[in-house]
Amino acid sequence: MSNLLGLEVKKIVETSPEEIEKVQNWINTDEYREKNFARQALVINPAHACQPLGAQLAAHGFEGTLPFVHGSQGCASYYRSTLNRHFREPAPAVSDSMTEDGAVFGGQNNLHEGLENANAIYKPKMIAVFTSCMPEVIGDDLTAFIKNAKQKNCVPKDMPVPYANTPSFNGTHIHGYDSMLVSILQTLTEGKQIEGRCTGKLNLIAGCDFNTGDYREYKRILDAFGIPNTILADLADSFDSPCDGSYHIYAGGTKLEDAADSINGKATIAIGPYATPKTFGWIKDNYSGKHVTLPMPMGIEKTDAFIMKVAELFGKEVPASLKNERGRAVDAITDSHQYIHGKKFAVYGDPDYLTGYVSFLLEMGARPHHIICSRGSKKLEKELQALLDGSMYGKECTIYMNKDLWHLRSLLMTDPVDAVIGDSHGKFAARDAKIPLFRFGFPIFDRVNKHRYPIIGYQGAVNMLTEICNKFIDIKDETCEDQYFELMR
Amino acid sequence: MSDNIRKIDGITKESTEALIAETLSVYPEKARKKRAPHLGANDQASGSACVKSNKKTVPGVMSARGCAYAGAKGVVWGPIRDMVHVSHGPVGCGWYSWGTRRNMMSGITGVTSFPMQFTSDFQEKDIVYGGDKKLKTLLAEAHDLFPLAKGISVLSECPVGLIGDDITQVAKTSSKELDLPIIPCNCEGFRGVSQSLGHHISNDTIRDYIIGTREFAEPESPYDIALIGEYNIGGDAWSTKPLLEECGLNVKAVWTGDGELDKIAATHTVKLNVIHCYRSMNYMCKVMEEKYGIPWIELNFFGPTKIRESLRKLAELFDDNIKAKVEAVIAKYDPIMQGIIEEYKPRLDGKKVMLLVGGLRPRHTIGAYEDLGMDCVGSGYEFAHNDDYDRTSPEMPDATVVYDDPSEYEFEKFADALKPDLIGSGIKEKYVFQKMGIPFRQMHSWDYSGPYHGYKGFEVFARDIDMAINSPTWKLVKAPF
Repeated sequence: MSNLLGLEVKKIVETSPEEIEKVQNWINTDEYREKNFARQALVINPAHACQPLGAQLAAHGFEGTLPFVHGSQGCASYYRSTLNRHFREPAPAVSDSMTEDGAVFGGQNNLHEGLENANAIYKPKMIAVFTSCMPEVIGDDLTAFIKNAKQKNCVPKDMPVPYANTPSFNGTHIHGYDSMLVSILQTLTEGKQIEGRCTGKLNLIAGCDFNTGDYREYKRILDAFGIPNTILADLADSFDSPCDGSYHIYAGGTKLEDAADSINGKATIAIGPYATPKTFGWIKDNYSGKHVTLPMPMGIEKTDAFIMKVAELFGKEVPASLKNERGRAVDAITDSHQYIHGKKFAVYGDPDYLTGYVSFLLEMGARPHHIICSRGSKKLEKELQALLDGSMYGKECTIYMNKDLWHLRSLLMTDPVDAVIGDSHGKFAARDAKIPLFRFGFPIFDRVNKHRYPIIGYQGAVNMLTEICNKFIDIKDETCEDQYFELMR
Repeated sequence: MSDNIRKIDGITKESTEALIAETLSVYPEKARKKRAPHLGANDQASGSACVKSNKKTVPGVMSARGCAYAGAKGVVWGPIRDMVHVSHGPVGCGWYSWGTRRNMMSGITGVTSFPMQFTSDFQEKDIVYGGDKKLKTLLAEAHDLFPLAKGISVLSECPVGLIGDDITQVAKTSSKELDLPIIPCNCEGFRGVSQSLGHHISNDTIRDYIIGTREFAEPESPYDIALIGEYNIGGDAWSTKPLLEECGLNVKAVWTGDGELDKIAATHTVKLNVIHCYRSMNYMCKVMEEKYGIPWIELNFFGPTKIRESLRKLAELFDDNIKAKVEAVIAKYDPIMQGIIEEYKPRLDGKKVMLLVGGLRPRHTIGAYEDLGMDCVGSGYEFAHNDDYDRTSPEMPDATVVYDDPSEYEFEKFADALKPDLIGSGIKEKYVFQKMGIPFRQMHSWDYSGPYHGYKGFEVFARDIDMAINSPTWKLVKAPF
């Protein structure tokens, strides 16, 4: 019955303490690092998730929208709980619970039954369908399935049901975000372009950003300009809703009519060129007005670029309030730069966060010594290298493309730095290296309220700087010898 | 028996059935027909299930269920600390289940224990050409980088089964080449109707590949037992294992919380299996009973009443030596537990709780709430079977609502009507109810606290439940304007 591997039956032998110590030391060596970097097939502690997670995020950014996973139900539970843990907010989404027979007959019946039930029970204004592995592998035809669903009246004929193919064996969550977002916009704007009409609004696509504070910050900046705007995939209220004794399944999101009318906008800015290439490409070909793509405005220079672009697109002066805000941020920086200057960092994250971190660190006089992207591209590598080349603090910094957090650990142990910037998953490597981890990306499972503090704009730069500098000061206070423990720092 | 029938003021069979009917009224007819048998009013006297279970989830209703992979990776295999657990397939499944169950592990990470995310990170080409070659390479790489790992589990994700890869063959070949147990586990998420089949498949792989392949170095003793279905959530096993040892028993292996592969493989020589989570591991208890003649007993380590009952039940299976030790343990802890009850019960007496959890907690924790003076007014499971509901019936007050794999809508409706003072469920439910101003504790993960098992755990449990229900923060929810 047992032992189908034909294993030799052995007495249990405990590993000796000497052997353990030997390996414990060995995994911190250059020799191990070399072996670790020679890995061809095994991925250990990757810093990215799969496409459907990003698709669900995008779907939550629209009014009355129910994210709908076409695939196994376990997938939906994983995406939901991941978003719950990061935002500490509800993340309502359904799946059509495909099982083994779906592999044989396809998933159309599940999809139709699921749409009918979801519509009756949760009364959405829009259902955003995206796929997990199973239907992608068996080749379900979503276009036909959804057309048939409407014919069968599983959902009202006039209900928007955008859908996206989001295979998990291709790209990461940012690509799923892009595919879902473009599909939602294509669906909502269909037939809505009106010759000669201009809403006078700026459409702002915030990118696959998991920080609700950032969305509020964009709005605040645009309001300061007095520029009417539509944030596309507006997650601010979806994942930062009030606790007032009542639960609203659809807590926020871009109004569907605003999204529909966005095609007649005066201008569109897509933030995050790595998270929105499909969406931006389609918008460029189809939307009225001007179209610009910009990096995440992290740090002063990139925020300046954003502010100037907004001013240019709308022919407006930068308002005094924003000029003052910039001044205050720079004041905060000059006051505190000495606590970050020259410090070496290891940084990792999604491409758009990554260019932001690197840019921010360089302008503070810090060194992004190890730059890791667990799923990146040549284009990203080139852009990061250009950032490094543009600063004397970028010298001797190295970019590691398509490496994971076990590679990061080897780097931290063999070529030490002062701190890490990334998401919660870096805490293990940072602890082994006895250095702090600054959590700015996604996911953040082990600190509270971080998603409420923006990391973009001038305020974002102040937030990041304050957290970093004060931690270094804390470390000094906690570790210095008594005679150097003093009141002022 | 009728003396033991507990009633809750305002809850009758009729009121519960009316609540169910009203809740389902919004459903399309087909969905209503499918869901109706899964919701019922408890008949405490019958001591048997009042709902159907372990059926396919109705599409589109927003279930909390997971999948077979989740049951294999997250529950059974994942907690074994000295193995590399490979999530074989695309990157997501392993990433989502990485460090999110709170099965604590001792050891040195990356050296002797591996609470990490190992994946073959399937790309399009792996789907097209198959992943067997990649798997073979990565097994060698894992062995090379983690030489002290005692074995490797290969946990298949959906695409692996769909494209027809043969992980069993790869595992067998590599096992020989590397002289290492490599366990192929075909736990693709589309199999079965919930996590539950993943537990069963994993139990089967333990049966087929592991059990009987190791022997304990030290001689056998009549007090050798194994603790089965204890996953060390928030350090639970570090409460229950010492407790059993204090009772004079040798806990030779824990399945699988903070577990060690070799000890699990040698469990066939113990004299008794003590099972806590019946749902996820009863299969192997039955296998060991049939094949090795090892009896098993299901115990409950939540709250002093159930612990006391459990320890005495356990003592019955041993000699006077153990009986005396068990009585000494009970005598030692009873006053301490009484102190905890005296501290918290006045603040919790008469409060109502609703539960929706996994394996054993929807029934096993009821006694602990009752120790604190609380009543359970609704309970249900994500992935239970009929035998779980049979075991739940006597624990639940009469006529209270029982729900199997409820949708979020059903759960919300029930809570709306029953107005519990606390809900114990999962992360997906937590913030829904907290927005409604209802205190909530995650009862899968102990809400980042724990342990909750054993005497040590009850103190933490009582404190947490009091904190949740009586926190002054709930008074802030309603604005004065």
